[in-house]
Amino acid sequence: MPDVIITVENLSKKYLVGHKSGGRSRSNYTALRDVIGREIHNVARKTVDAVRGRQVVQGDEVEEFWALKDVGFEVKQGEVVGIIGRNGAGKSTLLKILSRITEPTKGRVILRGRVASLLEVGTGFHPELTGRENIFLNGAILGMTRREIQKKFDEIVAFAEVEKFLDTPVKRFSSGMYVRLAFAVAAHLEPEILVVDEVLAVGDTEFQKKCLGKIDEVSRQEGRTVLFVSHNLAAVAEMADRALLLDTGSVAVDSSVTEALSTYLSKGARKATYIRPFDHQISSPHIARVEILTSDPNAVHRFGEPLEIKFWIRHPRPMLHGCFCFQIFNQFQTPVIHSSYYHGTTFGNSPGCSVLVCRFPRLLLNVGHFHLRTWLQEPPGGDIYETLDGICYFEVVRISETQFWGWRPEVCAYHDQHAWIAVNTEMVAEAIPD
Amino acid sequence: MEDVIVIEPGRHERNYWLDLWRYRELFRVLAWRDLAVRYKQTMIGVAWTLIRPLLTMVVFTVIFGRIAKLPSDGDVPYPLMVFAGMLPWTFFATGLSEASNSLVNNANLISKVYFPRMIVPAATVIVAFVDFLITFAMLVVLMAWYRFLPGWRMLVLPGFVVLAFVASMGPALWITALNVRYRDFRYVIPFIVQFGLYVSPVGFSSIVVPEEWRLLYSMNPMVGVIDGFRWCILGGQAQLYLPGLVAGALVAVFFLWFGIHRFRNTERSFADLI
Repeated sequence: MPDVIITVENLSKKYLVGHKSGGRSRSNYTALRDVIGREIHNVARKTVDAVRGRQVVQGDEVEEFWALKDVGFEVKQGEVVGIIGRNGAGKSTLLKILSRITEPTKGRVILRGRVASLLEVGTGFHPELTGRENIFLNGAILGMTRREIQKKFDEIVAFAEVEKFLDTPVKRFSSGMYVRLAFAVAAHLEPEILVVDEVLAVGDTEFQKKCLGKIDEVSRQEGRTVLFVSHNLAAVAEMADRALLLDTGSVAVDSSVTEALSTYLSKGARKATYIRPFDHQISSPHIARVEILTSDPNAVHRFGEPLEIKFWIRHPRPMLHGCFCFQIFNQFQTPVIHSSYYHGTTFGNSPGCSVLVCRFPRLLLNVGHFHLRTWLQEPPGGDIYETLDGICYFEVVRISETQFWGWRPEVCAYHDQHAWIAVNTEMVAEAIPD
Repeated sequence: MEDVIVIEPGRHERNYWLDLWRYRELFRVLAWRDLAVRYKQTMIGVAWTLIRPLLTMVVFTVIFGRIAKLPSDGDVPYPLMVFAGMLPWTFFATGLSEASNSLVNNANLISKVYFPRMIVPAATVIVAFVDFLITFAMLVVLMAWYRFLPGWRMLVLPGFVVLAFVASMGPALWITALNVRYRDFRYVIPFIVQFGLYVSPVGFSSIVVPEEWRLLYSMNPMVGVIDGFRWCILGGQAQLYLPGLVAGALVAVFFLWFGIHRFRNTERSFADLI
């Protein structure tokens, strides 16, 4: 029976935010006298705050803002918990309180073990010092003793792949090397609780994979507890045993990854669209609007669900023979799907607007981020009216089955429907033909 | 489980000083980092540590000794007297200004990692102390040049070094804490240091101060420290004004207590303010 290692009770954190009121209520113009009066009042207020030892806030109207409100949960030893939520939901504030950087306004946290935070790699690196020196510096900042660092030194260097540049000041490092070294130091800490904040957003794919692998190793093999914040839903789905969904400072969902991710995805209303500002001047045919109808809001599509792409094409003067093509590119800039609407088309042969719809009954793109490139032209060898690139970004996620296989963007670009057949036989000669 | 950490609002960690001891490794490393980085990418490097007090010594000797014709302590060569005063003053001034900016300069650390914040300003004082040691070697050379022999009083010198440390640490902690909140203090510090250089008896001997003002003048803890340094280094030539020294030391200790108190009070909110 694993023990509870983190207990969070009614945790709240209040910030004071200042606004400029601007004195609109009285008149449209601002008199210098009013400005001076207001400034004097402000300075007086700030001085009073300062003397009383309170936080000083810019602006002249002060408002309370609760970054966290009555947050409570427990984490057991060896669990990997993903924390998700929109910007400003309180994820970073929560991690900051857990790593003792800032104090809560209310509530309590009990941590049974050493906490190390992997908040934004490279914190505490000094650009003038060499790689070797920075390993010791950063290790000490993260709470390692010199002996611990010496013991792990070779391992850290090997993990970061910076052997050749150990005696170069890190300001001459490439950003990739910098990040690798920083992650390597932090990953070789041996805390009971590891707190990770969005570090996986940096570095190349190869290294990201290595980092995920390391976190996995730390939690599953060494039984350490990992709390991590990420906007990378695929990473959360793959790594976490459990997920917390924060919404405006409170825990909205504390449950399985699938449930938390589903709730997260169902909120919001952003769409994957491209809209061209309307312009009377343009007389040539052009693409007015593109919209991808994904299965979930916020331009998120679940693997295997039907998908529709709608194109609105405006042609103030008729085209002879309209031809429309698009490609879907993945995050590695590889075109994965190409389709053209060309043969025997009649769209656009009278002035006006056409709507084209392309429907995928079961879109089997692998997980990852995708975008569109489109062409509007007139074949054969005709004019290219318009090409658009890098529009309609959307994400494909796979939030069930993920515990069995790590779905990663780099594994493949596309899946296809297929079936496996297995036959057991004892006769080897029969089973393997010559 | 070895250690249980409880995070609560207003919970002054009872084991703060123990934590400070636990993080001594970080203290060592930060001090080493500040030292290692100090003269990176400079041409003459450590020589800067020597050039600055030497030039100030020359200027003060010319202005106060030659032009204003102020008296020296006994028959001590004027440059030597100035240098003996420069020594603790530079330590105080470097310590105060470096420490005051230390937290703001390490903002990325403060807002990302937990440790007892007092380590940062304390580590910078170590840098000032290393500078002090280098300048002290310079003093030895100067004394040899003027064929000046120190006496037994030299043994008391470490006591005054500690007093100088206390005198700089108190205001430094206070101003550091204030600096996190109000960056105004970044501009106040150079002014204090410059002003203090003329208010404290660095370029002249404190015997020029009229007797009736002497005690009030000694409320500046650096007066006692500088006089003490001269008393130790220049043999019996400089006098030690005991009531002034005690008053200065009391002021220094009060400021140390006050600085620590203010620092500890605001420390918890540093990450939110920085």
